[in-house]
Amino acid sequence: MAESRGLRDVPAGARLAVVAAAAGAGACALPVLRGGVPWAAVALLAGLYALCEWPARCPILAGRVSVPTASGSFFPVLLAAVFLLPPPAAALVAVPGALIAYVEDEPRRVRRAWRAAELAIAAAAAACAHQLLGGREALGGGSSAAAPDFPYALVPAAVAALVFCLVLTALDGLILATAERRPVRTAWRGLLLRSLAPHCVHGLAGLMMAVLWRSRFGPPAALFVLLPMYISCWVFAQYQRERAAHQATIRALVQAVDIKDRYTRGHSERVGRASEMIARELGMEEGRLEVIRFAGILHDVGKLGVPTRVLRKDGPLTPEERAVIELHPEYGHEMVRGIGFLGEARGAILHHHERLDGSGYPYGLAGGQIPEAARVVAVADAFDAMTSTRSYRRARPVAAAVTELERCAGAQFDPRMVAGLVRALSRYGWHVEVTADQAGTPAARGNVPPPRPPRAPGADPGPDRPAEPARRPEPRPSDVKGA
Amino acid sequence: MAPRPPALALAVHALAGALSVWAIAATLRDGLADPGTAAAFGTLIAVGELARWGAREGERDPAPLASAGALGYALLGENAGHASGHGVLQVIAVVVASALLGSVPHVAVGRGPRPDQAARRVLTVAFAAVCFQPLYHSGRLDDWFGRGPYFAFVLLLLLLLTALCDAVVAALLLRARTRYPFGPLLGDELRGLLGIASAVCATGTVIALAVAVAGLWALPVFCAPLLLTQLAFRRYAAVRTTYRQTITSLARATEIAGYTEPGHARRVAELSRAVGRELGLSEGELTVLEYAALMHDIGQLSLLDPVPSGATARLPAAEQRRIALLGGAVVRQTGVPSDVALIVERQADPYREQPLPARIVRAVNAYDDLAEGAEGPGGSLNALEQLRLGTGHDYHPQVVESLARVLARGCLTRVPPG
Repeated sequence: MAESRGLRDVPAGARLAVVAAAAGAGACALPVLRGGVPWAAVALLAGLYALCEWPARCPILAGRVSVPTASGSFFPVLLAAVFLLPPPAAALVAVPGALIAYVEDEPRRVRRAWRAAELAIAAAAAACAHQLLGGREALGGGSSAAAPDFPYALVPAAVAALVFCLVLTALDGLILATAERRPVRTAWRGLLLRSLAPHCVHGLAGLMMAVLWRSRFGPPAALFVLLPMYISCWVFAQYQRERAAHQATIRALVQAVDIKDRYTRGHSERVGRASEMIARELGMEEGRLEVIRFAGILHDVGKLGVPTRVLRKDGPLTPEERAVIELHPEYGHEMVRGIGFLGEARGAILHHHERLDGSGYPYGLAGGQIPEAARVVAVADAFDAMTSTRSYRRARPVAAAVTELERCAGAQFDPRMVAGLVRALSRYGWHVEVTADQAGTPAARGNVPPPRPPRAPGADPGPDRPAEPARRPEPRPSDVKGA
Repeated sequence: MAPRPPALALAVHALAGALSVWAIAATLRDGLADPGTAAAFGTLIAVGELARWGAREGERDPAPLASAGALGYALLGENAGHASGHGVLQVIAVVVASALLGSVPHVAVGRGPRPDQAARRVLTVAFAAVCFQPLYHSGRLDDWFGRGPYFAFVLLLLLLLTALCDAVVAALLLRARTRYPFGPLLGDELRGLLGIASAVCATGTVIALAVAVAGLWALPVFCAPLLLTQLAFRRYAAVRTTYRQTITSLARATEIAGYTEPGHARRVAELSRAVGRELGLSEGELTVLEYAALMHDIGQLSLLDPVPSGATARLPAAEQRRIALLGGAVVRQTGVPSDVALIVERQADPYREQPLPARIVRAVNAYDDLAEGAEGPGGSLNALEQLRLGTGHDYHPQVVESLARVLARGCLTRVPPG
C-alpha cells in the first residue's frame, strides 16, 4: 500500500481504544514530573530497549541479516525496568522502543502508538504490583551492598510478570475485538494460555538482569543475560523463515503436478481442504488433521512420474496408457516416503485409489485393510473431481455429487467418510476459490476480514467447453456402473 | 565397519581421560571443599545432561545447560559473598562425575555422548578453570581488575577464549577423522560459535556472576532462558531436516518419471558436497550446493519426452542450457534460496562464466552421467579422462582435480541405486 494510512481509516471503536490507551499511558507516566526518578537508569534501559527493537527497521541491516521481528522478543528489558524502577519511570522505558519497532501491516503509525501505549500501561501496572509486594526491597533496596533476599524476591517478580502478561493480553484482546471486529470470546480465547509461559521465562531473565544491574558488577553484566534470549529469538525467526520455505517447496511440488496435468488446476489444494473437513468432522485431533490435509494436497504427486504426453492426451486412452496412469499412487509413495513428517499421509497417497469392495488399485485392498486416511482422501478426491469443471465436461452441482457419493458408499467409499463430508458441507458449505497459489499463506490480518467472493458452490470460472465423454481413470463413482 | 579413530583423536581422548582420573582421585583423597555448591552445580550439570533427550545427530551442543553449568562452576570464585574454596581439580572431578551420572540413562538405551564431545567438554572446562582459579585465589585478579564491572568482562573474555580453543580442538578432531582441509573446518566451527556456543558462554558468565551475588538460587532462575534457547535450536534443526527431505523427494521426481537414472541426484549431491569440502566451501555454501545438485535435473520435468537415460552430459550444449534454464525456473518457485536457482541455471555454461558451485555441479553431473554406462573402476577412470579432456572449455581443471582426489580417496564409492 503506497500511501500511509492514519487514524481515520481505523474503525471508530478501535480509534476510541487507541486514544484512551494513549491517555491512560500518559496518566501512568505523568508522576515522573514529581521527581525522584533515576533518570540515568531510565535513559539506559529505554535506550537499550530501543536498540534491541531497532535492527528490524534499520534500512542498512534490513533484508541482509535476519533479526527477530516478533514483538515480545525483548520483554526481559522491560521487565528488568519493572523490577528496578518506580511505576511511572517503568512506563516511560517502553515508549521509545515501541515507537521505532518494526510493524508489518498498515496503518503503521497507529499500530506503533497503540503498542507504545499498551506496553507503558502494562509496565506501570506490573511495577505497581512489584512495589506493593516489596519487590524492590527484596532486590536489595537502593544500596548495591545489600544482597538480594532470594527465595522471596521470586514472589513479587512472578506476580509482576503475571500482571504484565494479563494487562497485555486484555489490551490485545480489546484491540482485536474493536479493530478487526472479532467476537470478544474468540479474541481472548487462547491468547492468555499462549502468552503465559513465554512471559514467565521473560520474567526470570528480567529478574536476573535486575539482580546483576543492582550488583557491584553493574549494568554491563546485565547485558549478558540478554544474549541467550536474543539468540533464541533469532533462531526462532530463522525457524519461521525455514518453515515458510518448506511450505513453498511443498507448494512447488503441487504446482509441478498442476503444470503437467492441466485438467486439474487447483484440484490438489481443494482435495486437501475437503479431506481436512472430513477428518475434522470425524473428530480427529489437530496434529492428524494437518497430516490428512497434506495427504489430500499431495495425493496426486505421483502424476509427476507419468509422461506428460499421456496425461495431456486428447482422445481415448489405450489399456497400456491407462496402466501407466494407474501407477501414479505408487510413484507418489516412492517420492514422499523419505519425508518423515508426512507420517500416515504416505499410506494415504499410496492407497487413495483403493475401493472398499477390493476392486481398486494398486493393491486391491478391501474394507478395513485400507488405511483410514486413504479412505478420507478417496472421498474428497471423488467429490472435487465431480464438482469441478474439466475441459472434457462441466462441473456437477454439489447436491448431485453428494447423491452420487452416497449411492456408491459401501461399494467404493467408506460410508463414514461420506457421511462426514455431507455433515461438513451442510455446516460450512463448499467454496472453490482456493487455488494452489494461495495455499499456506496466512489469512490476511488487516482491519477488514479477508474477501470472500459470493459464488455459487460448484461453479468454477474455468473455460466452458463442450462436454465430452469422460475417459480419465479418475475416481468418479460413475466407473462403478461399468464395473 | 567402524574405522579406527586416528592418532590425534586417541591422544585427545587419552588426555581427557587421564585428567579426569587424576582429578577424581585427588578430590577423593582431599575431600570436597564447599560440598553444598558442588552438589548444586553437579545437579545442574546432571539435569542438563538429561535434557539431551531427543537431540538430533550432528547437533552442535546437545546439552547446552550442562556446558553452561560446567563453565559457570569453573569460573565461580564466591558464593553470595563467601569465597568458595574449590580448585581446578575439584572442578574437573565434579563436572566429570555429574556428567557421567546424567548420561547413565542415555548409555542405558545405547545413546551415550560421543567420545569426542565428552573429551572436549573435559578439556574446555579444565582450560577455563586453569585460567581462572589460580589467578583468582592468589588475589591477582582483584588487584588487576577490581571487583566491579571489569571483573564481569574478564570472565566473559575468558569464556570466549575457551570457546575459541574448543573450536580449534573440534576442527582438529574433524580434520583428523575426515581429512578435509583445516581452514574451512575451523571457519565452520567459528561461525558455529555465533549460535548456541555464545549463548552457553554468556550463560556461564551470568551463572558465575549471579551466584557470586545472589547465591545458589540464581541457578534454577537462569536455567529457564537457556532451556528456551535449546528448544528453539531443536525446532530449527527439525524443520531443516524436514526441508531437506522434501527437497530430496522433489529431486526423486525426475527419477520416478524416468528422466534420470535411479540415485543419480543423490550421488551427484553427495559427490558435489565432498568436492565442495575439498575446495574449501563453508557449511552454508555446501548446503546451497547440495540443494542445487539435488535439483539440477528438475528442468527435465518440463520436457514432453525424457532424454535417453537422463544423461544431459551427452546432449548438444544448446539443449543442455535450455534444460538448465527450465530447471532454474522451477527451482525459483520452490522457495529455496535464489542462490540455488542461480546454480541450477548456470550449470551448463562454459566454466569460465560460471560461479564455483555451478562448476562443481557441472563436472560432477558429467562424471556421473559418463561413468553410468560402464561398470567397475574402468568406467570411472574413463569418465575422469573425458572430463580432463574437457577442461579446455567445459570443466574447470581445479574442480576436476578435486573430484579426482575425492574419488581416489575412495570415501565415496558409487552407491547402488535405490
